[in-house]
Amino acid sequence: MKKQLLIALSTALLSSSLLAAGGGIELEKAPIDVHDKSSLQNGLRYYTNYCAGCHSLSSSRYNRVAKDAGMAVVPIDDSDEAATLADANAKLMYENIVFTTDKEGKPVNLGSLMHSSINKDDAANWFGAPPPDLSLVGRSRGSDWIYTYLKSFYLDPKRPVGVNNTAFPNVGMPHVLWELQGWQTLEEHDDGHGHVEQTLHLSQPGTMSPAEYDVVVRDLTNFLTYVSEPAQLHRKTYGIFTMIFLAFFTVLAYMLKKEYWKDIH
Amino acid sequence: MNGLLNWIDARFPATKVWNEHFAQYYAPKNFNFWYFFGSLAIVVLVIQIVSGIFLTMHYKPDEMLAFQSVEYIMRDVPGGWFIRYMHSTGASAFFIVIYLHMFRALIYGSYKGPRELVWLIGMAIYLALMAEAFMGYMLPWGQMSFWGAQVIINLFNTVPLIGPELSTWIRGDYVIADATLNRLFALHVAALPLVLVGLIFVHIVALHAVGSNNPDGVDIKKHKDDKGVPLDGIPFHPYYTVKDIVGVSVFLIFFFAVVFFAPEMGGYFLEHANFEPANPLKTPEHIAPVWYFTPFYTVLRAVTLSPFAGTAAMFLAIIMLFLLPWIDKNPIRSWRYRNKAHTINILLFVVAFVILGYLGVKPVTPELKELGTQMTLVYFLFFLVLWIHSKPATAKYIMWFVGLTVAIVAMTFYRYNPEATDDAAQILWQWSLTVGYLALTLLLPGLISAFNTEKDVPERVTG
Repeated sequence: MKKQLLIALSTALLSSSLLAAGGGIELEKAPIDVHDKSSLQNGLRYYTNYCAGCHSLSSSRYNRVAKDAGMAVVPIDDSDEAATLADANAKLMYENIVFTTDKEGKPVNLGSLMHSSINKDDAANWFGAPPPDLSLVGRSRGSDWIYTYLKSFYLDPKRPVGVNNTAFPNVGMPHVLWELQGWQTLEEHDDGHGHVEQTLHLSQPGTMSPAEYDVVVRDLTNFLTYVSEPAQLHRKTYGIFTMIFLAFFTVLAYMLKKEYWKDIH
Repeated sequence: MNGLLNWIDARFPATKVWNEHFAQYYAPKNFNFWYFFGSLAIVVLVIQIVSGIFLTMHYKPDEMLAFQSVEYIMRDVPGGWFIRYMHSTGASAFFIVIYLHMFRALIYGSYKGPRELVWLIGMAIYLALMAEAFMGYMLPWGQMSFWGAQVIINLFNTVPLIGPELSTWIRGDYVIADATLNRLFALHVAALPLVLVGLIFVHIVALHAVGSNNPDGVDIKKHKDDKGVPLDGIPFHPYYTVKDIVGVSVFLIFFFAVVFFAPEMGGYFLEHANFEPANPLKTPEHIAPVWYFTPFYTVLRAVTLSPFAGTAAMFLAIIMLFLLPWIDKNPIRSWRYRNKAHTINILLFVVAFVILGYLGVKPVTPELKELGTQMTLVYFLFFLVLWIHSKPATAKYIMWFVGLTVAIVAMTFYRYNPEATDDAAQILWQWSLTVGYLALTLLLPGLISAFNTEKDVPERVTG
């Protein structure tokens, strides 16, 4: 028991010094805008096509995500146009986004949570740990980290899946987007003062140019940032109205106070 | 309407209570900025209780469901994100308001007689609030919730003899698990709110029995008119009710600015690492408590003699505050009329407290580690210096300064170990910070009388 305690306390004391050791590379600023709906749609499409097989978004529902990305699958009013549009959107969703099925093998309802298809035990066997749910990665790691991470895979024959990542050293995940990006290799330059600078070099191009790949990564990052807090799309609007009301109310309250206090000296 | 009131008054002292606590409760007319924070604390309490009730309707205190249920609140519950951000921002706001409320008591000597009980009850509220906040922080069951609980509950492990049994009893299991989460939930939503509301009620009853202090620290009850109304007093209602509405309104601007524009507050109100579900197998790289606990966390880390000594020092840091009325024996309440060295002492105490808080969120480096040790020393020396300042006219400043400096230098020699190069370099110079603190609060009034002269306390309030 004493030993356990010592471990716990020394973890608390020493943990902070480990921060410096944990692969801290300079993160690239993610040029995202969660209000850019076409970017969100593209991010959603790439997410469900490339990521969702392993990484669930088990806090989010297909229809909510679709609506926030500007493709409502429920009519927004009673008009025939809205009904037609919603039908078209639902069809688009099933063709491009929703690939998960229920127990009977039928595509899931659009109101379903975005689970992954992978078997967690298999995944743990294959990769060392089950792929984490990414509902909140935009908040726990941050947008810049996601953006940098997706651009930082490089070939490393020492790793079980043949790739490594400068933003997440020794990561268990393979480079899922390799067809698009191609393969990078790590080049180390010694500046002569013992400081080794690492750069990534595209040694085998993929189907996309680096600029096109950056757009895909940006849209994925944008989508994951949005999905980590859907409320952020509307939160600030409420905030502005609240501020205007409170500013007005403060002036009124101050005038009331002045009036009451005018005979106190 | 009058008929109804008469009917009620015959059965319940409605008018009597209203008069005693509002319409005929005479408060000094010279309250300043620092006197807003009492009423603001009540406002935050109401925000926490109301938002908390709504959160309880959707939250699930279950190891497997807790984290997901919080995200369910954030996404699927209409307005759920708003309720949750109010509650999470409210927790930090509560401590900001309470710390400023306590600072007010410190500078105007509000803890001194006859208000010792008001202060003691207030400190009990502060303790209950810390327990309440700690337990609430566990409920989202994120990584920081889990590992924060691990650190805090393991503190009880350090208690001699009964430690391990005590912490197992607190956890309800050998490890932090579902049983722990369930009991913390019960304490957070039922037990501690009841304690808090009860203590706050007693705090206000005690305050209204002895009357409010004021920035001059003068007793307004000494001068009354024919009807027995203090000449410098004004009825709490309507004067301070309308004034406090302004305070509440300004406070809400800041509060809702955080809720709507920066609910994470840069990772200080909602920590980034807590957006990852609790994982007992994965220790986070950096465990930092939420900002309002960090000054005491640094004290815990600074005292390295033994784990129990660290825990004891942390609790002692809080106990010292309880003892303030008996440490500071100076009859003058407000810092306005005490010597300049006293003002310096209080301000440096605030500086030390803020630095301790800052260090608690930072990773340890040799420099910051030693700074933590020295600021912990300053934190505790503050109370000794405060006691020395009780009788400025006869205080043996030079003797105390020399004695304490010798003690600090001796301690530095004892701690100095040239083999631990990084630490040694820091130990070698940082002791001067503490001695510098002593020089400003003891040597200065001892040598220059301008820093030791007290002013006459006026008979009536000024301004």
